[in-house]
Amino acid sequence: MSDVLERVKKIVVENLDVDGDKVVESASFIDDLGADSLDLVELVMAFEEEFNIEIPDDVQESIRTVGDAVTHIKAHI
Amino acid sequence: MSDRRVVITGIGIVSPLAFGREATWERLIEGKSGAGRIDTFDPEDMPCKIAFQVPWKTGRGGGEGDPHAFDPEAFVSSKEMRRIDEFILYAIAAADEAVEDSGWRPEDEEGQERTGVLIGSGIGGLESIYQTAITLHENGPRKVSPFFIPSALINLASGQVSIRHKFKGPNHSVVTACATGAHAIGDSARLIKYGDADVMLAGGSEAVIGRIGIAGFCAAKAMSTNFNDTPEKASRPYDKDRDGFVMGEGAAILVLEEYEHAKARGAKIYAEVSGYGLTGDAYHITAPAEGAEGGYRAMKMALKHSGIDPTEIDYVNAHGTSTPKGDEGEAGAVERAFGDHAKNMSMSSTKSAVGHLLGAAGAIESAFCALAIRDQVMPPTLNLDNPSFETVLDLIPHKAKKGRVRAAMSNSFGFGGTNASLVLTEVK
Repeated sequence: MSDVLERVKKIVVENLDVDGDKVVESASFIDDLGADSLDLVELVMAFEEEFNIEIPDDVQESIRTVGDAVTHIKAHI
Repeated sequence: MSDRRVVITGIGIVSPLAFGREATWERLIEGKSGAGRIDTFDPEDMPCKIAFQVPWKTGRGGGEGDPHAFDPEAFVSSKEMRRIDEFILYAIAAADEAVEDSGWRPEDEEGQERTGVLIGSGIGGLESIYQTAITLHENGPRKVSPFFIPSALINLASGQVSIRHKFKGPNHSVVTACATGAHAIGDSARLIKYGDADVMLAGGSEAVIGRIGIAGFCAAKAMSTNFNDTPEKASRPYDKDRDGFVMGEGAAILVLEEYEHAKARGAKIYAEVSGYGLTGDAYHITAPAEGAEGGYRAMKMALKHSGIDPTEIDYVNAHGTSTPKGDEGEAGAVERAFGDHAKNMSMSSTKSAVGHLLGAAGAIESAFCALAIRDQVMPPTLNLDNPSFETVLDLIPHKAKKGRVRAAMSNSFGFGGTNASLVLTEVK
């Protein structure tokens, strides 16, 4: 399952236009990667598409870091 | 009205002839046309298969290898591009060029608060709405982008430009169909006159050469359909074979500035926005009033506000869309408004070369008037082989005309029966 992080990373780099080196598990989308609330919505949509899962709205709000996203995705694919 | 005067100190253009003010103007004066077969989608099932597209570096709109093609990546990242409709993209690019041209980049809070933005669009993010409707229908609401609404809203052109340049003055927008660009400039001039701002970025932007835009105007029987195999011949204002307008796209943004403010910083000045008139036809949703009666009153009002003698108007950039009814009506109204002086005047429709930019038309045509005053040359009406009516006006067929241009008028009339005229004057 280690490739989940890599796939998440690729999506984050493309969507937020950030350097891949910055996309580590501890990185906060908003504080470290420059995302705003609309970016987060779009990012979650991209995760849903990539991993063919549905991330409910209340869970979306708890996804703050790259690690949060990876953990959630791993638990649901 | 106050005695504050308003001048043009910057111009930015993204047009079907080229990206950029000087390249567009040069090609316009050379008599070039920006028309071609639509290549952003397959237009085979459309009655009108041609348009004036902005040439893109990527090849779209015939831009491959074109040194004047538009390069979106010079303005926004690919990430940003997915989040803005193309009418916003064109507005951003034209505004960047206008700001650079004007040299006005206030770093201090006061300068930023005294600078506003008023960019309009006739239809805004129509293509984004169309594409999102398909997504919604096929895949449901969870697949609708969070950027859909801010990419489609018309005032987001003003919003995006203000964020980019930190212009914190009046932030406004105009939506009056094909008169949008003219109203944006006229209203902006009044905001400066009234003292709400010292500088305004004003203009229009449009990008609706997509299936839904073309189908809609075709259904209204407004577009040319007889020239699909000879696109460059299709937009032919005043000519007896004209059969409807040909759609264009792009943006034009002017930097309007209070005269003393511009003088104090040694800014280059193109012309003064001295007169503005606006009226309604109260007649029909798409057809102009008999004898362009509403347009006539807009012209008279603009002349009155300008305070100049009407005989100083040497050039009129006509609305002249190449529709059977509109062109003659407007020409008659111009003759009536100027009386004996009409025979000394020249009038052309640059829609013959750039197409009908709808909400950006009044802005790009005002820009052409300012450049005509700067260079003392008037752009031609292409394809005017056989005028369908007699007029004392010189309609500048085929070739640009050198001549004295002390003042110029730009006319714009829109669906809904909305009319705007602007008078631009040489600054002495």
